[in-house]
Amino acid sequence: MNRKTLGVLALASSLLAATAGQAFAAPVTIQWWNNGVNEPLKSIFAKAADDYNKSQSNVVVQNTPIQNEQIGTKITLALQSDTPPDVYFNQGAHLLGDQAESGKVADITDLSKSWIGDLGSAAGNWTVDGKQMGVPYTMHVVGFWYRKDLFEKAGITGTPKTMKELDDAVTKLKAIGVAPIALGGKDRWPDAFYYDLFALRLCDKDVMMTQLKDGKLTDQCFTDAGQATLDFVKSAPFQDGFNGTSAQQGPGSSAGLVANGKAAMELQGTWDLGTMQGLTDDKELASKMGWFPFPAIDGGKGDPSAALGGGDGFSCTTGPNLQACVDFLHFLSSKDIQSQMVSSGAITIPVVAAAADAITLPVLKEVVDFNNKAAYVQTYFDLSLPTAQGGALDEAAANLFAGQGGPSAVSDAVNAAQ
Amino acid sequence: MTSPAAVPDTAAGSGQAEAASVSRRPFRVRKAAELSLLIGPSFILFVLFVFVPLIAASYYSFFKWNGFTPVNKFIGFDNYVRILSDPVFRRGIFNNVFVATLSILIQLPLSIAIALLLSGRIRGRTFLRVLVFTPYVLSEAVTAVIWLLYLQPEGPFDAMLRGMGLGSVVHLWLADTNLVMWTIFAVATWKYIGFGIILFLAGLQGTPQEVREAAMIDGANPWQVTRFITLPLLAPTIRIWIFLSVVGSMQLFDLVWIMTLGGPVGASTTMATYLIDRGFRRLQFGYGSAIAILLFIICFVFALFYQRYALRRDIEGAQTGAVGG
Repeated sequence: MNRKTLGVLALASSLLAATAGQAFAAPVTIQWWNNGVNEPLKSIFAKAADDYNKSQSNVVVQNTPIQNEQIGTKITLALQSDTPPDVYFNQGAHLLGDQAESGKVADITDLSKSWIGDLGSAAGNWTVDGKQMGVPYTMHVVGFWYRKDLFEKAGITGTPKTMKELDDAVTKLKAIGVAPIALGGKDRWPDAFYYDLFALRLCDKDVMMTQLKDGKLTDQCFTDAGQATLDFVKSAPFQDGFNGTSAQQGPGSSAGLVANGKAAMELQGTWDLGTMQGLTDDKELASKMGWFPFPAIDGGKGDPSAALGGGDGFSCTTGPNLQACVDFLHFLSSKDIQSQMVSSGAITIPVVAAAADAITLPVLKEVVDFNNKAAYVQTYFDLSLPTAQGGALDEAAANLFAGQGGPSAVSDAVNAAQ
Repeated sequence: MTSPAAVPDTAAGSGQAEAASVSRRPFRVRKAAELSLLIGPSFILFVLFVFVPLIAASYYSFFKWNGFTPVNKFIGFDNYVRILSDPVFRRGIFNNVFVATLSILIQLPLSIAIALLLSGRIRGRTFLRVLVFTPYVLSEAVTAVIWLLYLQPEGPFDAMLRGMGLGSVVHLWLADTNLVMWTIFAVATWKYIGFGIILFLAGLQGTPQEVREAAMIDGANPWQVTRFITLPLLAPTIRIWIFLSVVGSMQLFDLVWIMTLGGPVGASTTMATYLIDRGFRRLQFGYGSAIAILLFIICFVFALFYQRYALRRDIEGAQTGAVGG
């Protein structure tokens, strides 16, 4: 009996010793939560993880793609747990600041200082109180995607540079029986793009930035932006039932309407061309699409070359794998991987300027060019504000489109949600 | 007062009691073991996944908490005050009650009528039963996606209406603030009517055929048989259906979230979509917890009152009482 126990103990301890020894020798596994569930991003991320794993002997990146709709909630819950993923997807800005309050998001200022400068201003959205808390892999800007064939049919020459010219284009497009502008009003955030951009054109840059930072939109220009939005909605440029249309899901979505020639333009982010291509059988779509920035407004205090945008990136969580995580993020923002992302169409605007050489489509070159020359890129208002206020902004902006609320309704809602 | 004769009597009594308790002990142990085996697992699940979260949520509901910071900003009943004064939440309650009311007014008679039809001897009865039950088998999310695609402006549904010469009834089914709840109710009816029908078919099978035959022999016409015999006998099933339907209406979420996200202008908000929107999307977990507690209280109070006043006689097993009443 005694001998038996001893034998078991000996076996157990030798097993323990063996596994302990293995743990030291085995490579570190880092969990990578990303949103690459759709092609081409899916393959690019899978390949990036493979390539990285092959280039290393002591780190294994475990690629975990998660649906866009789920990933936000999952990350929120994971950051409350004791075992968050080592690398996770986010869009920087204020939400990253909220996430950092969990104490689980790593400050990588020191670990990334030798190379973060290569990314230029793009990395700025991933700083919280001056500390680098993440690394972007792409940027986006919002502008009008339009169908050149429908513009030509309607007799529109050149692209609208002012609101007046945009209104004229809308009138001409109505005359040929297509919806001038597609809008995914069900999702609310596309509505907010209009409000954001009117404010961007109307507000003084410093006033706008300060008030967004403080979460108090009290300047008159925010009310003017509400009025401009109301006026634009009143001109009825959108498809029927736009309040119930989703932005990106199915051929009936706003992106699908443009992709299938039922609407002529859409105010959307850089990713929209890729979304549209997935919603139509038209293989020539990319060559039919053009892009122009949101028009200037007479008397507006904002710079007409300022852009509204944001980006996608990753942050590391605190823990023993931090060094490996930062190294992996460096790898993702290397010119090689960035070029692969660009040439596959997974991203449009790379964070490494040199990777833009991989762009072949002229329209995408235009977008990147505009982004490079922009006076500055303002992050989407709903992401610049604290999350609760951002949600209130989207909702109030969407209400304006459905005919509820006056010019100051958006700023009032934001201020009340503090 | 104690008579000497009483003494041995009492002793005998206590002796008997002792004997009884001795003989009952193994029975008690067995019963306790049986009960804990049968009730234990569900009790543990109930405590872990209903009771503990309920206590946790009621605790969080008194804090301003974004889900990341420590839970330390105590704000008393502030969240509750803000929720109850938010017109969007009030609209949510209205919409939940709207769906519950319409269910009882429209879905209930419809399911009973179809169940009565399908309980009769008609050709292809089994096929028809399967047909009406099919939508219930689909998950709510799948139902919502299908109808979302069907109901797009100038989508397949509108095309079908136009094909039938009903072009004038084409509307913006999901984008019209006055219409959207009716649309959602119609889809919910499409999905859940099969469940009601199956429930009532089962209820009808449980009612004695003899009573109906006797009524017919006494000269009752088919309508009278239905009205005075079948429906009263079906009353317990109807009461259960109403209970399930109202609680389901109060928790309406998936259909709305996928089809409209509660819009436009909050016109199709329900308490549950409001909870997810404010709690998870806006990272106000304290506020969201308070909404959840309110939703719970509303459902719980309804359930208690309904049990007390409507379901009690069924629970007491008085089917004849239902007929009499």
